[in-house]
Amino acid sequence: MSSGEKYVAAAYGVFVVVVLVWVAILAAKLSRLERETGELAQLARGRPAVGDHADG
Amino acid sequence: MSTYLADVAALAHKDLKLELRARDTLPAMLLFVLSTLVVFHFALPADAGKDAAYGLLWVALVFTALLGLARAWVAEREAGALDGLVLAPSDRSAIWLGKSLATLAFLVAAELVALPAFVVFFAPLDAAALAGVVLASVGICTVGSLVSAMAAAARGREVLLPLLFLPLAIPLVVGGVGASISEEPGTYLAFLGLYDAVFAILSWAAFEYVVTE
Amino acid sequence: MSIAKPSLTALASIAAALVTLSAVLIFVIAPEDADQGFSQKIFYVHVPIALTAYACFGLGAWKAYRVLATRGERYDLESYTGVHLGTIFGVLTLVTGAIWAKASWGVWWTWSSNQLVLFLVLFLFYCAYFMLRFSVEPGPRRERISAVYALFGVALIPVSFFAIRLANDFIHPTVFTREGPQMTGEMFFAFCGSWASITLLAYVMYRVEVAGKRIDANLRELREALQT
Repeated sequence: MSSGEKYVAAAYGVFVVVVLVWVAILAAKLSRLERETGELAQLARGRPAVGDHADG
Repeated sequence: MSTYLADVAALAHKDLKLELRARDTLPAMLLFVLSTLVVFHFALPADAGKDAAYGLLWVALVFTALLGLARAWVAEREAGALDGLVLAPSDRSAIWLGKSLATLAFLVAAELVALPAFVVFFAPLDAAALAGVVLASVGICTVGSLVSAMAAAARGREVLLPLLFLPLAIPLVVGGVGASISEEPGTYLAFLGLYDAVFAILSWAAFEYVVTE
Repeated sequence: MSIAKPSLTALASIAAALVTLSAVLIFVIAPEDADQGFSQKIFYVHVPIALTAYACFGLGAWKAYRVLATRGERYDLESYTGVHLGTIFGVLTLVTGAIWAKASWGVWWTWSSNQLVLFLVLFLFYCAYFMLRFSVEPGPRRERISAVYALFGVALIPVSFFAIRLANDFIHPTVFTREGPQMTGEMFFAFCGSWASITLLAYVMYRVEVAGKRIDANLRELREALQT
């Protein structure tokens, strides 16, 4: 690879890498949100449903 | 309109009186600017041209101004008075204008010491350079008062203020140094005027949002 | 603004297609520059990234204005994301610009490139935005202060640009000139394709980020509601 090509590759490469890092960070956030919705779903199941009158 | 100006005058007057009584900000600024100029003498290599000295003058002025701005809202914050002022029926931008004028007075006072010292230590200052100092000082105080109020609302405010202020001060330094050393200072002075107009209006309009809960 | 409209999936797909198309246009169709050789190709990624950064700061400022005008909390999130992405693209501008400077002139930095210097100033300014934001307690006050600062940012862009141009008159840096590419039709086409694809990509990233933050905020509220 000539030096010109190396620089071009570096410039485009940096761009791609930064976008991928952004994706990775968002992916981590998404897994955390997934876990939290799971926990909240558990919490919600543990409660009596709205309008459920336990009067026999 | 006249009550607005009266409010501004009253607020600026209050700040000046407080300073005259307490005498903590202005002496510090005076001493700081003189010390900085002396440090610069040692920082400049022997063959540095006059132009380098003008650059350093502006560094000294900006950092001296920062010293004054850091203390700008301290009195109000400690007394919890800012909330009181904000609740007062006057237009809140009057608070900003009063504070800017008071800060400008302190900065000008510091410059009255710094500029002669600079002329004696380093290089002469012509009318264009002085006009640049005046115009830039206005810009520093208008933007600085707003930014200082922002920093006052935050933790770590002493460190935050320079970070917020310095990028905004870069155009002023360019204008000031240009007015001092360029053959055609008119462009630079016009630029400083433009900066002052744009950012004074912005600061005036935005102050209310910065200071209300 | 939900993730649904205009359909984020559609936008993302279009972005993907555009990026592929641009890559073909840049590397296959556009001719090599006579003066600069192959390294001129960096232009196709550096300039659109810079323009996108401006667009993101502009978007952040527009949303900031909405924060102040309507006191809507949702706009604060959107403004913050705009500034956040603008900063990311700003850093990319500086890095790709430095690579291009090294490729063209053998130096990593030059003060004579007005755009690079401007981005340096903006980088400092917007980094301070984050420091400001994270030093203030969350709440309406923080939203307003952030919004005001974001608006000052866009005012600073043209003012700084003039300042930098004026400064060049007396700083007398070693001037590196780069002939503006006498763009052939194919080069212009490649540039437009690249610009469109990077802008769209940035917008998709913006929408995804906003949605993520919004879900986060909603979940927090939900948790509080469920735990009482």
